[in-house]
Amino acid sequence: MANALKRTNLYASASSPVNMAQAVFYEEDCIVYDLEDSVSLAEKDAARFLIYNTVRYHRPRDKYVIIRVNGLYSEFIDEDLQAAVRARPDAIRLPKVESAEEVRRISAQIAAIEKKAGIPVGSIRLWCNIESYLGVLYAREIAQADPRVEAMAIGAEDLTVSLSASRTKQGLEIFYARNAVLMACREAGIAAIDAVFSDINDLEGLQHDVALAKNLGFDGKTVVHPRQLAAVNAAFAPSEKEIRYALRVLATLEEGRRQGKGVITLDGSMLDKPMELRALNTLRMARAAGNKVGGEYLND
Amino acid sequence: MNLKKPAIAGTLESSDVQITLYPNEGNGIEISLNSVVKAIFGQAILETARAVLREFGVTDAYVQIDDKGALDHVIRSRMQAAICRSAECSYDWARED
Repeated sequence: MANALKRTNLYASASSPVNMAQAVFYEEDCIVYDLEDSVSLAEKDAARFLIYNTVRYHRPRDKYVIIRVNGLYSEFIDEDLQAAVRARPDAIRLPKVESAEEVRRISAQIAAIEKKAGIPVGSIRLWCNIESYLGVLYAREIAQADPRVEAMAIGAEDLTVSLSASRTKQGLEIFYARNAVLMACREAGIAAIDAVFSDINDLEGLQHDVALAKNLGFDGKTVVHPRQLAAVNAAFAPSEKEIRYALRVLATLEEGRRQGKGVITLDGSMLDKPMELRALNTLRMARAAGNKVGGEYLND
Repeated sequence: MNLKKPAIAGTLESSDVQITLYPNEGNGIEISLNSVVKAIFGQAILETARAVLREFGVTDAYVQIDDKGALDHVIRSRMQAAICRSAECSYDWARED
């Protein structure tokens, strides 16, 4: 069964069998086999075979499996989809999406291949990379373009190029984009995935970056190196303090309702519906991450 | 399927295999294998190579296999890529349906 969490999305290049083999043993929630940027033009054909045979016959059962295909207007996209859909990943990740029409066009192509290959139509989901100012401007339409769309992910390097902005570790230049994409995801009820933090040697910078992403509301982050996984997984998993508070919120609400109270408070603060939903979400994340409270796993 | 020209797929990196294919018109299938795990997996590697050649209907080929500990699906992938390159054909993914 695929992993329900999407805290970490680790790229594994389809140009390297050893990278693909090793990636299975790391602690990422989602593994993204890549046909795009990490594969040279001369090796696209070989990479396609490698991804197909890996995902079709040797996919990791405990991870959410994604294939990133080449650009939507590239000469490779049609054959990429032919191979990727038949490999039966959980999702296909589309680079540089800029319009709802692009999503619908690709979804229709996938549907035709699913039908021909005997795969349930609609079963393969889409993740849309938002990597340009147009993508940000049309994020709401993209997020709601098709039922297949399950997540949107920011690609900050290409985005800042399209903006003529400088890419900084502080990320002020992508602050608006992060919020715009996040709100579009929330409106559509899909997952929001934050951008890569490129400096794999700066773990302190990564911790600041992922803390910001979590506080903004993102569900996970794309990572490009295994050494980033522990920090990102930890940041997106609820802490024991957060879990204990969530349990207290729900217990207080239950007790208050049992007593027929109109207004229910905890530690001097009124508990309302958003706080209940946040507490439920915290516990859902904690259960999925296998977190413990007082040495015990959480019960359903 | 007829091979038209020499073709290579794969690398000599760890966990990979490099396949070099040559047309071998009228001389059937000949395979030369170098592998770091030849003593244990040599026969399985040869069987995979022969199976992929059969799937493509290749009856004449000289195959040079330089294996660096590749898993079976990697060998299969490299064979498929080498055959398509040598035959100058695109792969019909619908054959997997």
